[in-house]
Amino acid sequence: MLLALLAETAHHLPDDAPPPFPPFEAWHMPGQLFWLAILFAVLYFSLSRFILPKMSDTIEKRSDRIASDLDQAAKLNEQAEEAQQALELRIAQAKAKARETANKATAKVEAEMTAETARVDAEIEKKLDAAEERISALRANAMQNVEQIAVDAADAMTSRFGLKASAADLKKAVSAALN
Amino acid sequence: MNFALQNTAIDPIHQFQVTKWLDLSIGGVDISFTNASGFMLLGVVLCIAFFGYAASKKALVPGRTQSMAEIGYGFVADMVRSTAGEEGLRFFPFVFTLFFFVFFANMIGMVPYAFTTTSHLVVTGALAMLVISIVIGFGIWKNGLSFFKLFAPSGAPFLIYLILVPIEIISFLARPVTLALRLFANMLAGHIMLKLFATFAAQLIGAALSGAVFMGVVGLLAFGMGVALNALELLVAGLQAYVFAILTCVYLNDALHPSH
Repeated sequence: MLLALLAETAHHLPDDAPPPFPPFEAWHMPGQLFWLAILFAVLYFSLSRFILPKMSDTIEKRSDRIASDLDQAAKLNEQAEEAQQALELRIAQAKAKARETANKATAKVEAEMTAETARVDAEIEKKLDAAEERISALRANAMQNVEQIAVDAADAMTSRFGLKASAADLKKAVSAALN
Repeated sequence: MNFALQNTAIDPIHQFQVTKWLDLSIGGVDISFTNASGFMLLGVVLCIAFFGYAASKKALVPGRTQSMAEIGYGFVADMVRSTAGEEGLRFFPFVFTLFFFVFFANMIGMVPYAFTTTSHLVVTGALAMLVISIVIGFGIWKNGLSFFKLFAPSGAPFLIYLILVPIEIISFLARPVTLALRLFANMLAGHIMLKLFATFAAQLIGAALSGAVFMGVVGLLAFGMGVALNALELLVAGLQAYVFAILTCVYLNDALHPSH
């Protein structure tokens, strides 16, 4: 109202006065308001109905996409970690198996070695026994021969002296002397 | 000495002159399409063209135009959210429209010979009345009579209310006035300054060309000042649009949460 009044008084100024201050002139105000209302409404309508929903849609889609991509990345990461763990487990299993196999092989070889040793030992023992037996047999035989030789020698010596000794006495005397 | 200064009348007010482009009237009311309406139309068309084009892109990885528009979108959305809260987002399209309407009008006004639509009090006043009507209308519709608790913040002793309530009422009534005047006065004063320094520089340099060398020095200083003022006014053009929009958000926040 005040502005309109100002503008009114401005209009009634004499002709040689400076022109009125345009923002306070009243004649253009209805027109300004009219066009402002229309243009602001048009802008509001087209922004709120068409443009802003489209933009918010695009922005939302993008953030959804980013979120889902991040999710997927996390999932893949998890899978990779699982695979890593599985791999480590397999490696550990393989190592344990290898160790077991090696241990088994060692044990087997050791058993074989002991068995072989035992067998060879037994064989040697047997051979030794046989040899000893033969030696003792030979020794007994030799002893008998020695006795016979001694008896014969004693017989010859006694007959030389002109004595007569029975074979049994000689044998008895020789064996007593030998033992 | 015969300076060009004396011949030419400097009229910094001339740029605010409204001239008819198309004579129109409804029921005896003059609603002519004027240069003011023309530049307002230009701003609205540019605004719709820019955001419409940017919104039609819908690229997952935005290009330059789409990026700029989306930064604008995010800027206004953050402004509304931080001052009026999540419920304030129902007014987002309104604040967005208001901000970019004023922003485009101010920026178009920075182009030489262009008309600044926001340099007219009737325009800024109408926008301010629209804001305050929405604040009051929505405030009462949503909160009923408890909207008027806005004028009596809780927790004060009774005697204080005798002073507090009138102050609150006056400050509320002052809102549309200050909202309208701030934008209007900033644009008006800024453009008068620009015009003054520009004509001053032109005339002094003209005088220097016709012999008065000292005038040329002052003219160059005035020219430098004009350049600096242009930068300042560019800032003011953006800033006042922002101030208008953020104060709208603050007032809308009162309508949404009147008991503070």
